[in-house]
Amino acid sequence: MNWEWLQRNEQQILAWTLEHVWLAAVPTILGLLLALPVGAIAHRYRWSYGTLITLAGLLYTIPSLALFVVLPGLMGTRILDPVNVVVALTLYTLALLVRVVADALDAVPPLVVASATAMGYKPLRSLVTVQLPLAIPVIGAGLRVAAVSNVSLVSVAVLLGIPQLGQLFITGFQLDFFTPIIAGIVLCLLLAAIFDTIILLTVRLSTPWTRAVPGR
Amino acid sequence: MISFESVSKVYPDGTHAVEDLSLEIPTGRITVFVGPSGCGKTTSVRMINRMIEPTHGTVAIDGQDISTVDAATLRRGIGYVIQSAGLFPHRTVLDNVATVPVLQGRSRRQARAAAAELLDRVGLDRTLSGRYPAQLSGGQQQRVGVARALAADPPVMLMDEPFSAVDPVVRAQLQDEFIRLQGELGKTIVFVTHDIDEAVKLGDLIAVFAVGGRLAQYAEPAGVLSRPADDFVADFVGRDRGYRALSFVAGDLPVRPEQTLVLGERVPPGAGAAAEGISVDHGRWALVVDTGHRPRGWLDCTTVPVDHRVTVEDLVLGGSLAGPGGSLRIALDAALSSPSGRGVAVDDAGTVVGTITAGEVLSAIEQARRSDASGLTAGRTLDKQPAVR
Repeated sequence: MNWEWLQRNEQQILAWTLEHVWLAAVPTILGLLLALPVGAIAHRYRWSYGTLITLAGLLYTIPSLALFVVLPGLMGTRILDPVNVVVALTLYTLALLVRVVADALDAVPPLVVASATAMGYKPLRSLVTVQLPLAIPVIGAGLRVAAVSNVSLVSVAVLLGIPQLGQLFITGFQLDFFTPIIAGIVLCLLLAAIFDTIILLTVRLSTPWTRAVPGR
Repeated sequence: MISFESVSKVYPDGTHAVEDLSLEIPTGRITVFVGPSGCGKTTSVRMINRMIEPTHGTVAIDGQDISTVDAATLRRGIGYVIQSAGLFPHRTVLDNVATVPVLQGRSRRQARAAAAELLDRVGLDRTLSGRYPAQLSGGQQQRVGVARALAADPPVMLMDEPFSAVDPVVRAQLQDEFIRLQGELGKTIVFVTHDIDEAVKLGDLIAVFAVGGRLAQYAEPAGVLSRPADDFVADFVGRDRGYRALSFVAGDLPVRPEQTLVLGERVPPGAGAAAEGISVDHGRWALVVDTGHRPRGWLDCTTVPVDHRVTVEDLVLGGSLAGPGGSLRIALDAALSSPSGRGVAVDDAGTVVGTITAGEVLSAIEQARRSDASGLTAGRTLDKQPAVR
């Protein structure tokens, strides 16, 4: 490890890290927000489940590099625009989470849903205030996978010239120099761990009942 | 009054869940829908709050066709208790109970205050109000379920096998409390069960459903037990129906006086000598009471010396008690369950009145049958207060 090189490039590495954070975080959140209604539709209308899950699966198999290259043409954005990365990763997150949300909603005990209906809940209110809260633990688990995968996928965007931690791999490769590569891997792992922890804590805080142990 | 008028439910695959059902459910009484699995009893109940829409026919509450009422509004006015309570796992006990009032637009604070009072009503400690359903026992969950259904004070309550998921002891407790609660509230209740004993115990009226959604008989419990409408009902009600029917027969029982020993006193000489009409084997048992003359248990006088001080450890406990106004079934059970062959009869205060043997109960049954040519007839006594303590 060349610590001196790291120190010299500290400012640049920090800037790349911050860029990396938002490029990974924003699509994770947007993807979740889109997956909730789409997953809810797949759950509620059985006929749409197969179609939506298949589409999501196909979407996920499109290579990320191809998507980064094709999107500017489709959206009329410049090739260097970071929006391309955000949109691409949002689509991947959506593809990953549609099934998770649909299955999580399916797993809510039917008796609880039936009792909500019998109490006089309308379908949307039952979905938002009864079924979704109960689906949080499963959705949270899916979201952790999506977030970590986004952290790693962002670095691919460096091939389009959008600067973030991926730049460290390019630099190391071009200079035949291992320090930036190791630093890049460590920082990516660290970011992934932080994202994972934040989601885990949010899920725990929003689902106090899951830790309620039988009393007496 | 809830009325079903030629109601049928046919599913797209051709299954007949309910077949041409017509019946009237009286206001302020408990009507039990009973039958084996797949007989359409739950389907029928769910048509009352429009969770299932009938294929043909109309369901009306107090003359109003419910298909003309907004489903959610209708449901908020009908209490519903589901199997295994169906509580919301993510809400505290108090918020579960406050559900319907909040849906009806009351403030959360008001709804919670009212919910706390309901917890008292169903016999739940208020310290439980902050707990989640997973932290409660099965019996407590059922009580929360009942409190939640009562929260908006609906005139109609639907209860779908509400006590099926708890053990028999807790179930009996919940049933007794349910009878007490209904005595105070006088709701129109439709109760679904597959257990004929539960139906007989709780129902003012029983509707027996046969497989395929056919209503086989609709009558008072004593009528179903003594005059089953057809082979299906006779078979479903079971072999013990003659014995069960005794629940509805009160008779004059000749209670014999019983010598008693008071707990803590010394056994006198000659205790356990057989009284007249009692075998030696049964005669060696002496009834032990506390200072308030309430029965505590039976003492086998051959196992203790004269002058021995009677303690609780010496006693054989158990044996049910026959209370005042109780049925012949309870009296017979008291006699059969007692080690001395004598059932203990108690008064309202729980003090010993005397004892009775199974033979004497059987004579009383014979007498009741003779005095009533049609045998065990409906409505001799519909006293629903549990007399066994």
